[in-house]
Amino acid sequence: MSDKKGQHPADIQQRDNIDGSQKKSRGISRRNFLSASLLAGCSALGLTLEAKASREFKGWPKSYGMLTDFTACVGCRSCEEACNKANNMPQPEKPFDDDSVFKQSRWPSASALTVVNRCVNSKEPSKPIYRKIQCNHCLEPACASACPIHAYTKTPEGAVIYNADLCFGCRYCVIACPFNIPGYEYESALEPKIVKCILCYGRLKDGKLPACAEACPAGAITFGRRNDLIKLARQRISENPKKYIDHIYGEYEVGGTSWLYISGIPFEQLGFPINLPKKPLVELTEGYLSSVPVIFTTFPALFGLVYGAMRHRDKTAPQQPHEDNKEDNNE
Amino acid sequence: MNRGIDYSAQSRETASFGTWFMNKLFMGMSAADYSRSLITPFNLLAASVLATSLPIFITRYSKGLAYVVDANNEYPWGLLLSWGIFAGEPLFAAGFVVAAGYYLFGLKDYRPLVRLAVLGGMLGYAFAASYLLIDLGRPWRIYYPMLINFGPSSVLFVVAWHVALYCTVQLMEFSPAILEWLGSKRIHKWAVSVTVALIIGGVILSTVHQSALGAMYLITPGKLHPLWYSSYLPLLFFSSAIYAAMSFAILLAFAAERYFRERCDNDFMSTVPSVTVSLGKGAAVALYVYFALKILALAQDDRWDMLLTPFGYWYLVELLGFVAAPMILFTAAVKVQSLGLIRAAAFWSVFGIVLNRVNVNLIAFNWNLPGHFEKIIPSSSEVIMIMAMITLHILVFRWILNRFPVMKELPDYKGSH
Repeated sequence: MSDKKGQHPADIQQRDNIDGSQKKSRGISRRNFLSASLLAGCSALGLTLEAKASREFKGWPKSYGMLTDFTACVGCRSCEEACNKANNMPQPEKPFDDDSVFKQSRWPSASALTVVNRCVNSKEPSKPIYRKIQCNHCLEPACASACPIHAYTKTPEGAVIYNADLCFGCRYCVIACPFNIPGYEYESALEPKIVKCILCYGRLKDGKLPACAEACPAGAITFGRRNDLIKLARQRISENPKKYIDHIYGEYEVGGTSWLYISGIPFEQLGFPINLPKKPLVELTEGYLSSVPVIFTTFPALFGLVYGAMRHRDKTAPQQPHEDNKEDNNE
Repeated sequence: MNRGIDYSAQSRETASFGTWFMNKLFMGMSAADYSRSLITPFNLLAASVLATSLPIFITRYSKGLAYVVDANNEYPWGLLLSWGIFAGEPLFAAGFVVAAGYYLFGLKDYRPLVRLAVLGGMLGYAFAASYLLIDLGRPWRIYYPMLINFGPSSVLFVVAWHVALYCTVQLMEFSPAILEWLGSKRIHKWAVSVTVALIIGGVILSTVHQSALGAMYLITPGKLHPLWYSSYLPLLFFSSAIYAAMSFAILLAFAAERYFRERCDNDFMSTVPSVTVSLGKGAAVALYVYFALKILALAQDDRWDMLLTPFGYWYLVELLGFVAAPMILFTAAVKVQSLGLIRAAAFWSVFGIVLNRVNVNLIAFNWNLPGHFEKIIPSSSEVIMIMAMITLHILVFRWILNRFPVMKELPDYKGSH
C-alpha cells in the first residue's frame, strides 16, 4: 500500500480520513469516513481476488477489521448493549449501566457475544483498563479449519461466520480456537449452535458499521480496512511511545487477526495469550494431513509384501504337523 | 454366564424360525430359566448403575448438555470424551494389532485369540461412537461429515471418516463369527475369503485414525502444555496405541479364560499362556519405542527446563511411573515367564494410557487458565454416565461371548479362517 497508484478511490479516501482523524476529534470523523467509504469499499472487494492465485494465503486483500485502543476505552459497556440489540439477544440480568458486573471476570458466551472486563493497570493503578473481548476474526481461522463439516467461512469482508444448519455440535472449533471464543448453546436440547461475534456481517452487507464500533462514544473501536488500521495503530504508537507499548496484538498472532489491539500495558496483563505462534494454526496440521494419502498408497504394498513373504516362507518351509488346518483351506 | 450350550445340536430343520431364534437368544434355556439365571450379584449392581443413570440420559436428550456436564467456552470437552474416545480407542486397537500379527506377520499361535481381539476392538469402537452420540450437540447429524458437507482441512474430518470406515471393516472382520452363529455357510465362505484385504484395510484405517487422535491437538499450541504438545503427537498417539492394544489383548484373554471358561475350547485355553508371553514381549518392545519417542519429543522441542515445574513433575510421574515402570515390569515378567506379572504390567500400562490421554485432553489442556484445576473436575452426572457406559459395555460384551463362537471353533467351520 506504499504506492498510491492503482488504488481504489475508497482506499485513498479512507486513509486520508484516518490521517485526519488523528488531528481532529476521533469519534466524528471516524463515523464520516466509514459511512462514506464502506459502500464503495464493498464493491471494490469483488475485484481483488488475486490472493487466490498465490500459494501462501495472507488473508483476503482489502478485508475489513477493527482496532480496539485500550487506552481510550472507558468501560461504559455501550458496545455490549449495542451488540445485544443488534443480535436480538435476551436482556441480561443486570442492566448495561450496572458497574457491579466488573467485580468478576466475564467471558463471551452464547448469551453475550462481547463482554468488557475491568483489569488492573500496572502503569497507573488508579486508572483501571477495560478489555473488550470478542471473536478476533483470524485471517486463517483455526475454528474454520478444525470444523469437519466446513460450517465456518472466512468471508472476503473479514468476518468469520458460521452456518448452524451444517453443525453437528462436536465443539472441536472451541478446542481449536486459540482465544476460547466460540460459545455453545449447551442449554438447548434440540437446536444447540455455536454463538460468536460475526463482525455484524449482516450489517456490513447492508453498508452499516458493526454495532459496537458505531456505539462506542470514546473512539476506542475503529472500523476500517485492516491494512489501514495497522498503519493507524503504528502511527498512534509512534506518536505516543510513552502511552502505548510497541505491540499491535493481532498483527502477527496466529497468522494475523482482523481484530487488532493496542494497549498501554503488556497484553499478557490483560489476559491475552502471548504464547501463540506467528503462523496460522492450520499450518501445524498440514504436514500430518498430507501424510494420510501417503499411508493409503504405501501401506497396501508394504503389508501385501509382508503377507506374501510369510506365505512364501510357509510354502517353502517343511510342513509342520500342527499347521495342517490352520490356513488357506478356504479355496 | 457359566452355562454351556451345544452349538452343533441345533436343529434348524425341525424347529420353526421363532423357536430357533429364541433358542439362540436364551442360549438354549427356557425363558423362565433364562430370567432366573440373570439374578446374580453382578447383574444387580449393573442394573442399579443403569437405573441411576437413566434419568441423567433422559435429561441430556430432553433438556440439553448443560444439565449433565460442566462445559463452557474454555472447556468444551470433559471426562466423557477423554475416557470414552481418547482413552478407549488406543485399547480397542487390539483388534487390528492381533489380527495383523496373525494374518500378515505369520504369528500363527495367535489364531485362537484373533476373534476375541477383533470383537474387543469392534465393540470398543461401537461404544466410542456411543460416547460421541452423548456428547455431540446434535447427534442425529453424526453422518454430516460423510454425506452433507466436507471439511478436509480438519483432522477431525479424518477421524470421523476413519472411525466410520474402520467400524465397517471390523464388523466385516467379525462377520464370520456372526454367520457361524446364524449357520450361513455360503456367505461365511465369501466373508472369510476377503479377510486379508480387510486386515490390511484395517491396519491402514487404524494407523491413520489412532495418529489422527493425537494430530487433533496439533492445532492447540497455545492451550496444551508444552511438555505434552509436540509435533510428534500423531506418532506418540499411534505408537502408544500399539502397546495399549497388546496390553488390552492380554487382559481380554485373561478375562475370557477366567470368567468365560465354559465358552473357551481347548485350543484357546492352551494358547493363552504362550500368547500372553508373546504379547508381553511385543508390548515391552512397543513401550521401549514409545519411551524413546517421548524423550525425542522432549529433546526436539527442548523442553527440559520445564521438567522442574509442577507440571513437569506430573509429566515425570506419567513418563517414569506409567511408561518406564510397566516397560521394565514387562521386560522382567517376560524374562521369568510369569503370566501374573505380565498381566499386572498390562493393567499398569493400560492405566498409563488412560492417564496420558486424560492429561492431554483435560489436565494439561488449558493449563494456563486461571482456576484450571477446579474447572476440570467432572460433574457427578458425567461420572455416572461414564459408569453406565462401562456397565453396558461389559454387559454387551458378555452377551456376545455367551452366544457367539468367539473363543472356540465350531466343528463345522474348523480350519476355515
